[in-house]
Amino acid sequence: MDILRDTHINWLKYRWYFFSISLVLFLVGAVDIYRKGGLRYGIDFSEGTIVYAKFENTPEIESIRQALANSSLGEVIIQRYDQPSLNQVMIRAERQAEQTGDLDTAANQILDTLRERYQENRLVDSSTEIVGPVVGQELRRKARNATLLALAAMLIYIGLRFEFIYGVGATIAVLHDVLLTLGLLSLFGYEISLNVIAAFLTLVGYSVNDTIVIFDRVRENRRFLRRKSLDEIINLAINQNLRRTLLTAGATFLTVLSLYLVGGEVLRSFSFVLVVGIIVGTYSTLAIASPVVSWWRRVREKRTLDRAKTEAPAAPRAS
Amino acid sequence: MKTNMKWKALLIALVMMVFGWSMYPPQEKIPLGLDLRGGIHLIMKVNTVDAVRAVTDETVDALGTLLDDESISFQAIESEEPAQIRVSGLDINQDQAFRALIETNFLSWDPTRPEPGVWELRMRAAELNRVREETVAQAIETIRRRVDALGVAEPVIAPHGDQGDQILVQLPGFDDVARAKEIIRSTAKLELKLVEAGPAASREQLLQGREQPPSGSEILPGASQTGAADQVFYLVEHVPVITGRDLKNARQSIDYETNTPNVSFTLQPEGANRFRRATQANLGRQLAIVLDGQVMSSPVIQSAIYDEGQITGRFTLEEAQDLALVLRSGALPASLEYQEERTVGPSLGADSIRSGVTASLVGLAAVVLFLLVYYRLSGINAVVAMVLNLVMLLGAMAYFGATLTLPGIAGVILTIGMGVDSNVLIFERIKEEMRGGKTPRTAISAGFGKVFWTIFDTHLTSLVAALILFQFGTGPVQGFAVTLSIGLLANVFTSIFVSRFLFDLILGGRRQVEALSI
Repeated sequence: MDILRDTHINWLKYRWYFFSISLVLFLVGAVDIYRKGGLRYGIDFSEGTIVYAKFENTPEIESIRQALANSSLGEVIIQRYDQPSLNQVMIRAERQAEQTGDLDTAANQILDTLRERYQENRLVDSSTEIVGPVVGQELRRKARNATLLALAAMLIYIGLRFEFIYGVGATIAVLHDVLLTLGLLSLFGYEISLNVIAAFLTLVGYSVNDTIVIFDRVRENRRFLRRKSLDEIINLAINQNLRRTLLTAGATFLTVLSLYLVGGEVLRSFSFVLVVGIIVGTYSTLAIASPVVSWWRRVREKRTLDRAKTEAPAAPRAS
Repeated sequence: MKTNMKWKALLIALVMMVFGWSMYPPQEKIPLGLDLRGGIHLIMKVNTVDAVRAVTDETVDALGTLLDDESISFQAIESEEPAQIRVSGLDINQDQAFRALIETNFLSWDPTRPEPGVWELRMRAAELNRVREETVAQAIETIRRRVDALGVAEPVIAPHGDQGDQILVQLPGFDDVARAKEIIRSTAKLELKLVEAGPAASREQLLQGREQPPSGSEILPGASQTGAADQVFYLVEHVPVITGRDLKNARQSIDYETNTPNVSFTLQPEGANRFRRATQANLGRQLAIVLDGQVMSSPVIQSAIYDEGQITGRFTLEEAQDLALVLRSGALPASLEYQEERTVGPSLGADSIRSGVTASLVGLAAVVLFLLVYYRLSGINAVVAMVLNLVMLLGAMAYFGATLTLPGIAGVILTIGMGVDSNVLIFERIKEEMRGGKTPRTAISAGFGKVFWTIFDTHLTSLVAALILFQFGTGPVQGFAVTLSIGLLANVFTSIFVSRFLFDLILGGRRQVEALSI
């Protein structure tokens, strides 16, 4: 079986279309983040308390809201969690400024209230997440450092294995992927949690992976096809690998999509990043990474040409 | 079969046996993480300043004694902040003697003289670090003893964070959060001190118009003996007769007079000697039993006591048991502060694992179906490689003692995805070579040869990302990084070596191969 036999698409010709698409997506995300007053951080990175409560029967959000309203908890967010059949509710409380002493005051208060108020529809099980202020800040810093470090390490590796500009192209492409995905994350209302950071680093790995496959083919082609221009060689590499790109992206996409659809609420935001990331990461190879390399080649050729022009008249005088 | 092939077959069989043996049976060999199994995850900060304070106080005492011995006169030795001591009212003529004394006896302190007759001592940075590190290490040891006594299987108790003053505790399968936290955190500092006055209703009564308690003594709060709720105060000697360090054993027992639970303890020989002498000399006086700075009771010494004692209070049975437990495991060198707390209810964990496993199976089925439909017979080859990859991944995880977390499952799925990528890359290249007119045999050879470096580069960069992830990682993220790293390595073996071997195996018997089911 075969799909897409021998394509001859001039990918680089469409670079301005690609740039425009990316720019629009980026702006949509940026506007959304701005409108929402910044990215939403999950409890891992901020501070506060989340209680996941599992009831015997379907819980009523409104009655829980009323039960918790006249407590000293301040503003409380109450949502249904995961599949309806699991009877779960998520309750999130911010840490109160005046709250001192033990970290778990809010969680205990919520659980006690629920146990007391719901005698018929009993509380079956519960989980809690409580994060103090110090931990959140430390994590945020660590997450940023880890992402930057991963990018730098890849830039260096690709720079060594290929040429420096290839590393730059791959890094810009990855940056593009991260920014677009962040925008979509905000647009779909997901929070940044520890798991989401893990997903982002995976996305970085995947995107670079995809870019390297193409660059590797470019490197190979340049050895055999010395007469052809770099643009032609890049187009050829993309076309040669097009089936592979679609098939693997497709297969990985299937696995990640199953995670997103049936993996449960805990993995929802994590798999969302991967679902988006695989599409964006594959797209950025031909839309961003390859044009960057081709553009750099043109700039350099122009520069050598200019230098040749300026040096040519100077030559007679020197001799 | 050629000899070469036999060796390869043997190697593959051997690898599979080792990894398969390592992971079998997976339910036992790969424990589930907290998120899937339920349990408690705590991060706490050790207030190392407590320990620094204690060392400073000890030094103040020691310095006072030594100055008296050397007959260097002074007015006061004070410490307003931990790690700082101020000696004032020194005879100016004894400056050199004082300096020499510090430099020979208190090496870890740095002396300066801000004005004549006054010396300030500052704890050196190296010593400060040593005290801090020791405190955290001691706290970890103590917590470990307590957790072991609780009977939690496979607990994690480890240093955490960049500052080096945090401790991570994970108790899988344990769901009484309040009890676990109380046992871990209670300082359990036991001191037996002679009472000079009290109980009294207020501090002022004990001070009798003085500003501070007389030197060598201090005022401690305690619960009223009569059962009333209000607090009472005691004036007690500063230096304890015995402390928790002198304990040999502690256990929960029953007070026969009141028929309520209490804790009885026995002392080690040296402590017992001291205790006997002290009680003998102070017959008729009260002895305060102080726990974490609170006077629990203050019985009158009726006769010399040898090596036994009791702590009474209004304990429930469980409280008495837990107190005995923490006393046995020793006092914490400093107080703890909880910074992060996660608990997962057992049935909520079960819900998560059901979703995670379902997702994995669905993903796996989709990929297998895709490979078989698209690549037909060669698809079987890829599926075999994928299964071996999974065996190696799980086997390595079992070997390293990694736990399976939800992000870990995600890592497994992603590994499958990347494994398929390698196979597709190779298969597509083989097809391409065949279209270029090569025979299947040479096409396979060329395909594997050319794709090798691509797979090498892609896997190495992903590995770099995974290792950084591991460095950054806390708990779940680390689990993901571990599975991904192992999976990547296994992948190189299966997609390049095993897959190639299978192709050679299929083509091996036939002399002339015209077509390949790919």
